[in-house]
Amino acid sequence: MPVATMAGWAADVIAELSVVAGGVVVLLYALAARRGRQAGAAWIALATTAVALALTVPALIEPGRLTFAGTYARDHAAAIARVIVLLATAVTIVLSVPWFRRDPRHGEYYTLLLYSALGAMLLAGATSLSELVVAMLLSSATGFVLAAYHRRSSASAEAAIKYYLVGALANGAMLMGVALLYGLAGGTTLDRLPGLPPTAGPVAAVAVALVMAGLMFKVGGVPVHVWVPDVAQGAPVPVAGFLLAVPKVGAFVFLARFVLALPAQELGWAAMVAVGAAATMTLGNLACLWQDDVRRLLGWSAVSQTGYGLMAVAALGRSDLAMVALLYFLVAYVPGNLAAFGVVTTLRGRTALADYPGLADQHRAEAAALALSFLSFIGVPPLSGFVAKLLLFAVAIQAGFAWLAVFAAVNTVISIFYYVRVLAPVYFAAATARMRTLGAAAASVTVASAAALVITGVLAQPLVAAFAAAAPGR
Amino acid sequence: MLTAAIFVPILAALAIALLPRHRGLGASPRGLTVVATAVAAVPLVLLAVAWLRFDGAPGFQQVEAVPWIPTLGIAYRVGLDGLSLPLAAMTGLVFTVAVAYPVDLRGRPVAYFALMLFLEGVSVGLFLALDLFLFFVFWDVSLVAMYFLIGAWGHGDAQRSALKFFLYTFAGSLPLLLAILGVYLAAEPHTFDMAEIIRQQPLAGGGIYAALVFAGFFIGFAIKTPIAPFHTWLPPAHVDAPGPASAILAGVLLKMGTYGFVRILMSVLPDLWAQLAPALAVLAVISIVYGALVALAQTNLKRLIAYTSVNHMGYVILGLAVAGAAAPGQEAARALALTGATVEMVAHGLITGGLFLVSGSVLARGGTYDLETYGGLLGRARSLTWLTALLAFASLGLPGLAGFVAEVQIFVGALAVYPALAIVALLGIVVTAGLFLRMLGRVFLGALPDRWREFPDLGRREAGLLGVLAGLVLLIGVVPGWLLGTIDAFAGPFVGRP
Repeated sequence: MPVATMAGWAADVIAELSVVAGGVVVLLYALAARRGRQAGAAWIALATTAVALALTVPALIEPGRLTFAGTYARDHAAAIARVIVLLATAVTIVLSVPWFRRDPRHGEYYTLLLYSALGAMLLAGATSLSELVVAMLLSSATGFVLAAYHRRSSASAEAAIKYYLVGALANGAMLMGVALLYGLAGGTTLDRLPGLPPTAGPVAAVAVALVMAGLMFKVGGVPVHVWVPDVAQGAPVPVAGFLLAVPKVGAFVFLARFVLALPAQELGWAAMVAVGAAATMTLGNLACLWQDDVRRLLGWSAVSQTGYGLMAVAALGRSDLAMVALLYFLVAYVPGNLAAFGVVTTLRGRTALADYPGLADQHRAEAAALALSFLSFIGVPPLSGFVAKLLLFAVAIQAGFAWLAVFAAVNTVISIFYYVRVLAPVYFAAATARMRTLGAAAASVTVASAAALVITGVLAQPLVAAFAAAAPGR
Repeated sequence: MLTAAIFVPILAALAIALLPRHRGLGASPRGLTVVATAVAAVPLVLLAVAWLRFDGAPGFQQVEAVPWIPTLGIAYRVGLDGLSLPLAAMTGLVFTVAVAYPVDLRGRPVAYFALMLFLEGVSVGLFLALDLFLFFVFWDVSLVAMYFLIGAWGHGDAQRSALKFFLYTFAGSLPLLLAILGVYLAAEPHTFDMAEIIRQQPLAGGGIYAALVFAGFFIGFAIKTPIAPFHTWLPPAHVDAPGPASAILAGVLLKMGTYGFVRILMSVLPDLWAQLAPALAVLAVISIVYGALVALAQTNLKRLIAYTSVNHMGYVILGLAVAGAAAPGQEAARALALTGATVEMVAHGLITGGLFLVSGSVLARGGTYDLETYGGLLGRARSLTWLTALLAFASLGLPGLAGFVAEVQIFVGALAVYPALAIVALLGIVVTAGLFLRMLGRVFLGALPDRWREFPDLGRREAGLLGVLAGLVLLIGVVPGWLLGTIDAFAGPFVGRP
């Protein structure tokens, strides 16, 4: 292969390569640095995300195309996903520094975080099933370790084990599906899928379902969602915020590419996704209802949010706004999730509902961040969660899934109950004890994430216009 | 200018919310009351100027528009006509009075005044919005602000009532959102622009799609109005809210529902409304009679007033059913009913807003809403007695006061179109008259119980503020021409009166 081609390809993935390099530097630093200086690794990691963000800018402007012989997309959808992933990673890094301050060995943690983000970035750009497998395994393997990073905590270990077991099952199913599709289509790139022979019907349907099982695991959809509440509750809090949001970004974008590549309506995937969406949002919602642990509640609410996001996937190819709705949903969901977990982090992991009364009296900013995050999850204007819900409802109706929109509306009303169950004591009750926090840095990125909900909600136009132009290449 | 009427209170609210809470202005309830009242009066002044510039021509005037999310056909569009102008102005007035009205701040003046001003901007914005997206934004945000007002400054089982209010009205706002999306998707090109949608009439063909959109709008507005049987959120929310918040809830927020019926549902789906008008009129009469009878059975002052709201909103819906009915040749009667319904919205805002403020003052002095514990207050509290009596008489429709102007027009219109229903609805008036007279007798006449020997009269501030509302009620009752003329500029063209 000519050197020039190789160099061109390398230039196409320069942002990803910068994350690889940054991860190595962080690891070397962590090996060399004394225990007291491990936090320095965080600054290298933070610089890495900044560099990768800067290197992503060209891909946001230039017209999209495929690279690496059609296995990887350098298009707007991938670039937008990358921006979300990198920003979320940066927020997580800032939250992690005070959280892990007493952990003498947390330098390597930032390498894992960067590589997990890299897995999500690769997932968002993948246009081939083999690329999918690599990205999924990178994202999953790092995720398991991150969830278990509190080495002395049994909750953390339990979360990781559950995450690992469900992940192994789902990834195994996905590998099986990939193998079947490879056999049927005669290649791994997604552009082969529309040409599946008509005789492939039932086998192809099974293969598609198996691949989707893997993707549903990543986004936390029914029936492979069971890890979500455990990770939310047991994993280190900044990690929980990260794992519930970042892998989802990549997986949702790949899911969109995948279903758009499938032969039009024959495999019935749209109805399958719609039913999955309804089941996911309802189950997540019902599990939240009497939840007394805020982290676990956030976990289940993440499941229900995934259900709303899947509405856009079900509408892909049937509504011209479906991709806009999906990307906007991610823009609304990720900062909301980070803000909520950021509040829990800032409050030193305080998680029992009974520990929240009077928060607003003592910490106005944190209480406001929590309120904005929850109101955005409900879909109250002018927050971005509202624009997301509006778009999701619209595309569901346009795609002929009006029943799904009604379903989502009913679920939204139910969700008010449990979000308000947290917010009411925060605002209306008096505090019983002084609540200590982790300091200004964690609080400020939390507030910034919450502010993003307001800003992207009110100034939605640039995003909506950009997303409308970002139909993914196949 | 309309934009300033919306955003001056909202921006002031944000500024107040960021004040430090333990020093300076933030720690001075007195200073904050003055500042907040001044800000609350800004929309009132601006809308008064807008009223002077209003020329009575059909269509929207003084429109201000800026693209917002053009990719989705969303723009910031505000403007007014003979329907929205009186409601927006009434909103400005009720808020100014409510913000200035004394209330137990529970040591949180900053949050209270910030929320009140924020809610004022949002409410004025809702009546002036000419874009469905913008309308819905204001609609939903008003729920959140009211939720916090009830929850944090309410009494009794305030949090439960606040939650019930929030859940119930949010359950109404989602069908509304779906219906708005239904209209948006039906319009070609897709747009949220109300004027454009009303011009296009994208759902004129009828069919199941139009019926579903109608149902969505209807449920959303019916819960907010509320029409029986969608009213069960209302009594607890009103009773447990602090006085000024109840005044706003009844005076302003309920009008959002009735305004939505006219502005959106009747304008976008006039044919379906006409087909269903008889059924709607029956529902309205049920609300009228049911609301009056249940109010009659109350021994709690605030609950009693709350149920009269159900009764009064019934008159409004009856007027709207008549206004939209398919009654060829009855354009004049229909216009009369529509004007009456709109006057009723304004009058109810002033009257019931005032009555809820009164009940707040009664609670602050007596510690209970229980009618049975009071009596003979006429001798102790003169201004309280006379102001309450005037508002109560206005509410029961005494000639010379605002309620009468509204109700007489609604009934004249209804007699022309649905005579039988109109006569049943008259029963409601009789019951309402009885219950208000009984209430006045219980509280103010008879022997003064010993425990109220020292019952203080209204303070000068309370009396003055209630006097403003009562004075306007009297003014509309005696010289209603200026108000009727403005509303008629909308109502005549709306029903196609030649």
